[in-house]
Amino acid sequence: MNAFATELLLWVKGPGFTIAVIILMLGLSIRLMEIFGMKAPDKLVYSQSNRQSGSGVQTIFRRFLIPKGMLSRAPGIYLAGILFHIGYAVVFFLFEPHIALLNNLTGLNWQGLPNSVIDFVAVMTLFSMIVVLVCRMGRRAMRFLSDLEDYLVWLLTFLPLLTGFVAFRHVLLPYTWALALHLLSVELLMIAIPFTKLMHTVTAFSSRWYNGDIYSRKGVMS
Amino acid sequence: MSASFTRAINVLREQVDASVASFFSACTHCGLCSEACLFYTETGDPNYIPIYKLEPFRHLYEQDFTLAGRVKHIFGLSPELTDVALAQWSELVYDSCTLCGRCAMVCPVGNNPGAMVRKLREGMSVAGYAPDSLVDATQRNVHLGSAMGVSYKTLKAQLIHLETDIGLTVPVDVQGADYMLLLSSMEIVQFPEFISAVTRIFHQAGVSWTISSTAFEASNSGIQIGASDIAQQIVERTIKGAQALGVKTVITPECGHSYTALRWEGPTLMGKPLPFKVRHILEVVDQLHQQGRIHFDPNTKDTRPLTYHDPCQIARQGGVIEAPRRLLNAVASDFREMAAHGKMNWCCGGGGGVSAIERADPLRSTVFKKKKQQIEEVGVHTVVSACSNCRMMLEQGIEDNSMDVEVISLTELVADHLVSVEQTVRDVA
Ligand code: SF4
Ligand code: SF4
Repeated sequence: MNAFATELLLWVKGPGFTIAVIILMLGLSIRLMEIFGMKAPDKLVYSQSNRQSGSGVQTIFRRFLIPKGMLSRAPGIYLAGILFHIGYAVVFFLFEPHIALLNNLTGLNWQGLPNSVIDFVAVMTLFSMIVVLVCRMGRRAMRFLSDLEDYLVWLLTFLPLLTGFVAFRHVLLPYTWALALHLLSVELLMIAIPFTKLMHTVTAFSSRWYNGDIYSRKGVMS
Repeated sequence: MSASFTRAINVLREQVDASVASFFSACTHCGLCSEACLFYTETGDPNYIPIYKLEPFRHLYEQDFTLAGRVKHIFGLSPELTDVALAQWSELVYDSCTLCGRCAMVCPVGNNPGAMVRKLREGMSVAGYAPDSLVDATQRNVHLGSAMGVSYKTLKAQLIHLETDIGLTVPVDVQGADYMLLLSSMEIVQFPEFISAVTRIFHQAGVSWTISSTAFEASNSGIQIGASDIAQQIVERTIKGAQALGVKTVITPECGHSYTALRWEGPTLMGKPLPFKVRHILEVVDQLHQQGRIHFDPNTKDTRPLTYHDPCQIARQGGVIEAPRRLLNAVASDFREMAAHGKMNWCCGGGGGVSAIERADPLRSTVFKKKKQQIEEVGVHTVVSACSNCRMMLEQGIEDNSMDVEVISLTELVADHLVSVEQTVRDVA
C-alpha cells in the first residue's frame, strides 16, 4: 500500500505534473484565442465621450470591493467568497514549501508566512469554502443557476486545500498518501481551469476591464 | 428550421464579440446580479436573474464559439438551440428587463448582463418574438416618424398654443442655430410644459436654438426592440435634419432611452462618428447655469421636501449624475437623496421599452414596489425626474398605490425658478 503511495507520489511529481502543465497551457491558449480572437467591441462610442470617470483598469480593482448597498443583501456569500479567495491566494503563495516549488519552476523567491499563520488561514479558507457551498445550495438564485459543473468546480477547488491541510497537519492519512493526493488534486484543478468556470481566474479581469472601459467613457465609475 | 430562425441565429452570432465571450466565460453562477435587479428582488422569481435571461445567447455562444461546446454538441451532450427555446424566452428578454444596467454595477467578475440582453433582442426581433405592442410602436416610429404617431401638425398646434401662453416664440427650422432640440412624442402630447420650460430657459440665456420640422422626434424604438437596421434609419433622420439646418449640437429631451440611442448607440449604428455633439437637456441647462447665463433667486427657493429619481439611461447608462443635483440644489432647499441613487438608482420599472409592452403591465406594477419603498423612505411628496417615460411610470405607480406624491420635471422646475438679473438686483435692494 505504501509502495503504491510512493509510486503515485513519484508519478504526480513527475509525468503527472508535466501532463497537467501541458494541458493547462494548451487549454489556456485555445481559450484565450477563442475569446480574444473574436472581434473587439465597437469603439465608436468613444467619439461622443467628453468626460471620463474611472477606467477599465480602475474597475478591475474596484470589483474586489463590495458595491455599496450589496453586503446586507447577501452577507454570507460576499464575506465567505472574499475570505476564501484571499485565503486561497495566501496559502498558495505564502506557504514556504509552495514558495520553494515555485522558486524551482520560476527562479523567483519571496518571504513566506510562519506555519502557524498558514494553519490559521487554511482553516479559515476551508470554513469559507464550506459556507460558499452552503450558499450555493441554500440561496435561491445561486441554487437555481448552479449546475453539475458548478459543484464539480467547487470540489476540484476544495480538494487541494483539504489534502494540503491533511498533509500539513499529518492527520487522517499517512504523509506520503496525503502529499500524493494533494498533488493529484492540484493537477486535476489545473486541467479543469481552461475548460470550466474556473476560467474566470483569467476572464474576470478582461470582463471587468470591458465593463469599466465602456462605463467610464460615458462618465460613470463602474 | 424556419427562415426567420436561421436569420435570427446569424444575427445573434454577429452580436458576439470579445466582451460577450469574456462575460460568458467569466460567470461563476454566484447569482449576485439577481440582488441588483428589481425584477428578481421584487418577485423572488429566479427566472428573472439577469444572467439567466441570457440562456439562449449563452447556449449559442458555447455551441458555436467554444471548443468544449462544439465537442459536447457533437457527442449529443448539449441539445441544439431551438426556435421554441427562443420563443419561450421572449418574456424574459423583453418584459423583465428594462436595460437599466444595474446588474453591470455589481457583478463581481464585471459582467454586463443588461448590455447582453440588448444584444439578444437583436436576434429575438428577427425571429419574430418581440412583443406585438413594441413591434407596432416601432413601425409607427419608422413610418410616421414617431412611436406614438405624432405628426408635425400636432407639434405645430401645441407650439402655437404654448407660444400664446408664455409670450415667446419657439424657433423652428432656424438655419445655423447652435442647438437643435429633439422631443419625445410623450412630451409633445402629454407634457408640452417641457417645451415651454426649455423656451423660457433658452430665452433668458440667449441660446441660439431650433426645433426641426422634419426631425423633431427623439424616440428610437429600434433600440428597445433590438432592430439595429430600424434604429439606424431613425438616427439617420436626425442626422439629415441636423445637417440641413447646420447645427453643431443636438439636444435630447427629458427622455432616457433617446439619449442612449443617439449619443452612445448612434455612432455604432451609423458606423462612423456623428456630425454633431449630442447632449442631454440637463447637461445644457446645467452648463448655462454654471456660466451664469440663467439666474435663480436664492431667496425664493422651493421649500418642499423633494427627491430626485435618476432615469437609468441618463444617470447610470449616460453619466448625467451631478448636473441634476447641482440644478436641484440651486432651486430647492430641501432636496433629499434616496439611499440608492445616481449610478445605483433603482429603475422605475418601465425603461427599455417595457412601458410599451401591454402584457408586462402586471409585472411592471409589481416591481414598482421598490420605487414606492424608496419614496416612502425619504418621506417626500414631490419626486423630480428628467424622463417623460419615468414620469408616466411614476405617476401610474403612484396612482395605483394611492400615494400622495406628485411628479415634476426638473427642466420645468428650473424654468419656474428663473428670475431676470434686474429682478434679482431689485429684490436684493
Ligand atoms: S453576478 Fe456576474 S458572475 Fe454572478 S451570476 Fe451574475 S453574471 Fe454571473
Ligand atoms: S439591465 Fe436592469 S432590468 Fe435588465 S437584467 Fe440588468 S438589472 Fe435587471
